[in-house]
Amino acid sequence: MEKARDGGKKGTVSRRQLLQGLAVAGGAAIIGTSTEVFADGKFSGWPDRRGMLTDLTECVGCRSCEKACNEANRLPGPEVPFDEKSVFERKRRPTASAYTVVNRYEPKSSDKPLYRKVQCNHCNEPSCAAACPVKAYTKTPEGSVLYNADVCFGCRYCMVACPFYVPAYDYDSALEPKIVKCTLCYGRISKGGIPACAEACPAGAVTFGKRSDLIKLARNKIRKNPDKYIDRIYGEYEVGGTSWLYISSVPFDQLDYPNNIPEKPLVEQTKGFLSAVPMVLTIWPALLTMCYAATRNKEGKE
Amino acid sequence: MNDETIAKAESFPARFTDKLLMGMSWAEYSKKLITPFNIVAMIILCVGFPLIGLRFYKGLAAVTHSSNEYPWSILLGWGLFAGVPLSATGYVMATTVYILGYKKYHPLVRLGVLTGFMGYLFAVIYLLIDIGRPWRIYYPMAVSYGPTSVLFLVAWHVSTYLTVQLLEFSPAILEWIRAQRVRKWAILITIAMTIAGVILSTLHQSALGALFLLAPGKVHPLWYSTFIPVFNFISSIFGGLCMVIAVSTVCARWLRDKADDTFLSNLDPLTVGLGKAAAVVMFVYFVLKLIGVAHDDNWALLGTGYGYWFLVEIFLFVALPVVTLSVGVKKNSAGLVRFGAFHAIAGIILNRLNLSIITFNYNLPDHFHHIVPPAKEALIVLSIITFHILLFRWILNRMPVLREDPDFPEEDH
Repeated sequence: MEKARDGGKKGTVSRRQLLQGLAVAGGAAIIGTSTEVFADGKFSGWPDRRGMLTDLTECVGCRSCEKACNEANRLPGPEVPFDEKSVFERKRRPTASAYTVVNRYEPKSSDKPLYRKVQCNHCNEPSCAAACPVKAYTKTPEGSVLYNADVCFGCRYCMVACPFYVPAYDYDSALEPKIVKCTLCYGRISKGGIPACAEACPAGAVTFGKRSDLIKLARNKIRKNPDKYIDRIYGEYEVGGTSWLYISSVPFDQLDYPNNIPEKPLVEQTKGFLSAVPMVLTIWPALLTMCYAATRNKEGKE
Repeated sequence: MNDETIAKAESFPARFTDKLLMGMSWAEYSKKLITPFNIVAMIILCVGFPLIGLRFYKGLAAVTHSSNEYPWSILLGWGLFAGVPLSATGYVMATTVYILGYKKYHPLVRLGVLTGFMGYLFAVIYLLIDIGRPWRIYYPMAVSYGPTSVLFLVAWHVSTYLTVQLLEFSPAILEWIRAQRVRKWAILITIAMTIAGVILSTLHQSALGALFLLAPGKVHPLWYSTFIPVFNFISSIFGGLCMVIAVSTVCARWLRDKADDTFLSNLDPLTVGLGKAAAVVMFVYFVLKLIGVAHDDNWALLGTGYGYWFLVEIFLFVALPVVTLSVGVKKNSAGLVRFGAFHAIAGIILNRLNLSIITFNYNLPDHFHHIVPPAKEALIVLSIITFHILLFRWILNRMPVLREDPDFPEEDH
């Protein structure tokens, strides 16, 4: 069974690569594009991809994850120290010098504040990857969505496309700006380790594991404590599913989670347009040549 | 012809300066350059160009309001998203004359093609200032392919179409430098280039809208529609037609001495003709916009603040110019048609800014703060517009665009 699944996976990949190769080689580059990359209905992501489950009810807002992330990724030091609580006075987002940030919310339906950790959600079919004209993004079998600064020319379309407002840009760099975002600690997890933020969390709010196991774990938690949690795992289906999953005691829109995004991967939104491209390419020249032939001897009157 | 002129014609540097200075001496030419318009233009450039330098010295953060939430600012909102549909002039005019056979519009073809070429050239200039590493702009074409991306398609098409338009305009350049034989070749490929131009334009005009299909949670639902590609394509057609009316109006006013009688005496009837076509296409667009609201069942949203803004856009900036253009055509009044054309152009700019900036991220707090560009960025845009006009005028002054060169009469294509 495992073997068959593996075979299927390989088949999908090589077909994908083949199609891409053909598309480029066949001049499809000028013409348009292959819609067949992530948007293959049968491709439901890498079966063993890892993920993170955040239990928002456990998070105490200590910001240890921010500190661990900063150190693990050798990012520049923070403007205010990591134990400073005043940062919660405004809502922050990941920036060029912070892969992750924690925000505090005080929803009416909860008697204690809730903390939301924001970072790249590592979508199963990432829209940043679908948006990138130079294929700077890769979804790895481990689950990480990785960015390659060596090919990026800084168009920032990935930022427009990301429904979670994650990729941050180095606006202060004049000559070598790049996109900055969480890598799900790819370097660590590919060697069997766990991400720095999960390791550092003293409250057990962040759990690392196989995404499929995490969904079971989350369901169990919700089933055992129906009064504590609302019955939803955020990230299970949003934009085709994400590697980061969240369970909460209050509705997610009270914590600024986007709630107006489709359950289909976003790349599906452009599929119709891209599949119309070959039609224009074949129908227009025929039609226009016919028009030309029909009118070429027409006199100058209207 | 005396010996002196023959010698002058044969020495290349002399011929070159002669072409460049339009037959004047350096002293005469520099004296002629001092006009109020040029002085104002120079002041704008002296402020704007150093600011562009600042962008490459201190990064985008120093001059633009691009941010992590709003990656695309007025540089692209104006320069690319509004600039490209208004540069549809080349393909609409070439199609009218060479494909549909309306040969009486011939006096406006070259102006249309030049306006289009310049528009794309400057769209690329805005892009080069805005993107992070402009020296990698060819990467989608040569280094790393991202074929699932709509922007990949835009990159290929805009660059290819820029080349196509240069070839389409090349007869004028070749006539200017008197390269008879090469010009013959350039004329031969007119039809092929026109057809290529229509295909490329259809695809990238619509693709510029399709870019936003990937951001369904971010663009306001009244502007987010599966029809965005169609809206953008259709509006580029009347955008191109109205731009030809606008540019020819401006040329007939300020570059009268560079235009020939055919151009000047035909301009009014041709303007009315273009206005008629624009009104028809624009009406189709108006109906499509309403169908778009119906298709997504967004009627309830029309009662909100953004809904009123949407109504302003489609009634005051689409329906109203349609009425003006129609009345102008009915009364055979070129003046009224011109008024309607300028109004329609404003409508296109408003629509593209709505899509890319004003309604983008409508649900974020502080949204209204973000949509106002900072002074430095506005000055950069102003200086590029000024440079655009100067370069445009420079070409119109020298090359046979508004006039036919008597040595190269119109040939059948």
